[in-house]
Amino acid sequence: MARKITYQQAINEALDQEMTRDPSVIVMGEDVAGGAGSPGEDDAWGGVLGVTKGLYAKHPGRVMDTPISESGYIGAAVGAACNGLRPVAELMFIDFMGVCFDQIFNQAAKFRYMFGGKAKTPVVIRAMYGAGFRAAAQHSQCLYNMFTHVPGLKVVVPSNPYDAKGLLIQSIRDNDPVIFLEHKALYTMEGDVPAESYIVPFGEAAVVQEGDDVTIVAIGRMVNYAKDAAASLRKKGVSCEIIDPRTTSPLDTDTILESVERTGRLVVVDESNPRCSMASDISGFIAQEAFGALKAPIQMVTAPHVPVPFAASLEDLYIPSPARIEEAVMKVKEYR
Amino acid sequence: MTSPLNREALLQAYRTMRIIRDFEERVHVDFATGEIPGFVHLYAGEEASATGICMHLNRKDYIASTHRGHGHCIAKGVDPVGMMAEIWGKATGTCKGKGGSMHIADLEVGMLGANGIVGGGGPLICGTALASKVRGENNVGVCFFGDGASNQGTIFEAMNLASVWKLPVIFVAENNGYAEATSSNFSVAVDNIADRASAFGMPGVIVDGFDFFAVYEAAGEAIKRAREGHGPTLLEVKLSRYYGHFEGDQQTYRAPGEVQKLRETKDCLMQFAKRVTSRGELTMADIEAIDAEVKAMIDASVVKAKADPLPAPSELMTDVYVSY
Repeated sequence: MARKITYQQAINEALDQEMTRDPSVIVMGEDVAGGAGSPGEDDAWGGVLGVTKGLYAKHPGRVMDTPISESGYIGAAVGAACNGLRPVAELMFIDFMGVCFDQIFNQAAKFRYMFGGKAKTPVVIRAMYGAGFRAAAQHSQCLYNMFTHVPGLKVVVPSNPYDAKGLLIQSIRDNDPVIFLEHKALYTMEGDVPAESYIVPFGEAAVVQEGDDVTIVAIGRMVNYAKDAAASLRKKGVSCEIIDPRTTSPLDTDTILESVERTGRLVVVDESNPRCSMASDISGFIAQEAFGALKAPIQMVTAPHVPVPFAASLEDLYIPSPARIEEAVMKVKEYR
Repeated sequence: MTSPLNREALLQAYRTMRIIRDFEERVHVDFATGEIPGFVHLYAGEEASATGICMHLNRKDYIASTHRGHGHCIAKGVDPVGMMAEIWGKATGTCKGKGGSMHIADLEVGMLGANGIVGGGGPLICGTALASKVRGENNVGVCFFGDGASNQGTIFEAMNLASVWKLPVIFVAENNGYAEATSSNFSVAVDNIADRASAFGMPGVIVDGFDFFAVYEAAGEAIKRAREGHGPTLLEVKLSRYYGHFEGDQQTYRAPGEVQKLRETKDCLMQFAKRVTSRGELTMADIEAIDAEVKAMIDASVVKAKADPLPAPSELMTDVYVSY
């Protein structure tokens, strides 16, 4: 039975249901209980934004506050995954990967290959990402592209509550290391979410809406901006097909390719910085595989090559907007 | 005073140390011919540490190792024949030739991997110990690291985390005096690495790494403490490596004759043999029989490794994910 809940509630529900279903699932991170051992622990934070609220009391001994030691506890989650648990470790802000990247990309990502296929590391690392909170340069980046670059990792970027729940359940049950990224501006987004447990498989893009003139591939929060742009463009007689890859690794290149071969026009919308981004990756792929089908040069709508600024006037310029997406679509539509 | 170990255990201890020594001496010789690819860091000289500690462990206890990991692997029960093939980059290696010397792992025997990243193992071993604790088992985790890694933040974070969560972990600082070429006298800001234990709320113990029995005893206490739920211990094993940081290292930073003197006066195998034979616990015939058996086994492992096939080209693309 589906009912409307938020993206944040969908994530909490996925964790709760998987912890109930499988005793090997544990949750750890800074303030994920948010007051373990303190007088008000049962009603404590549950994560800095309350995403894990309530889990501590419900699953005794399996929701663990950690010291502020990202290398220490992310590595411990990886080690625990090697020894039979299915840890979900929360890195809080994805920007903090800078202090624990070794444990993710030299350890977790490499074990299976380096050990000749003998290791299994079913760890999930959750983190929030994205700009829009006036949180400035160290709490606002996207960075999914950096994890996508690393063989051995899977990278998940849900754009709505339904996908958030189904993809997180798949992440927990998956036997490879998964980076699960939550756009903080989406936490309050509401959507229809079934109460029961379900999975959304990796590597299967969602065709958010079908269209004939232009293919828009958008990531995470940008899917919603693409929908806004498409609605406006529809009034101008332009029909957009919107594709949400949902996971950047594995990436469903088939669905993107099939669409671009049909529309002949591609706009990629990616909130991250443009160089070596998902936007450039998908553009490169299409240039290589569908050059003959293209009727116009590919357009990338991304943040500029600058850190995320603090001041509202600058941050609003930094984030790709529906207006910029619309502009890019018109550019490819009117190319010739 | 007699040894705390029976005859069988003494034979096992000597045999393990002898395998490590002969394995490393042989890799040293073969590396010089240019036939072994990559980077190799030898454990010769440090055998009493891995052996004295791992003799207390079972297959469900995990160890995390270092780039100088051959000795830890052998002591934890990884098959030396597979290891030799791995070092030669062959398909029959422990990791199918995909890991090499710095990444030998065998999770089946609780060996979580040698590690090319200095200090990488500390957080990981907290995790294996946490898993054991969450399941209500009494298995422990041992993190081997060097004096170089003792200055890494990951080790500090892991020691704090292990104490905060009261994890069954033994941190073993194998202080061989040099982090690559930099002396630990220079790079470690305290007199002893073990002195740092108090900063993390755990006991710190210093032990002579040339003395198998001293290591065995100290490790036994720390491991017992961990198994009984009393939390982590930092054990500093003071020892020396007989070869360079890596094979090919000219070791210009070491005093002339430093290693020769250690070999002649303090060598762990020599001390062990002297002690058990003088007490009448083993005979020279016992020792010599193991020496001969191990030599033949190592020789055979090299013959086999040389003859074994390289990984097939199709192996390039496998083992990245469980599913993708």
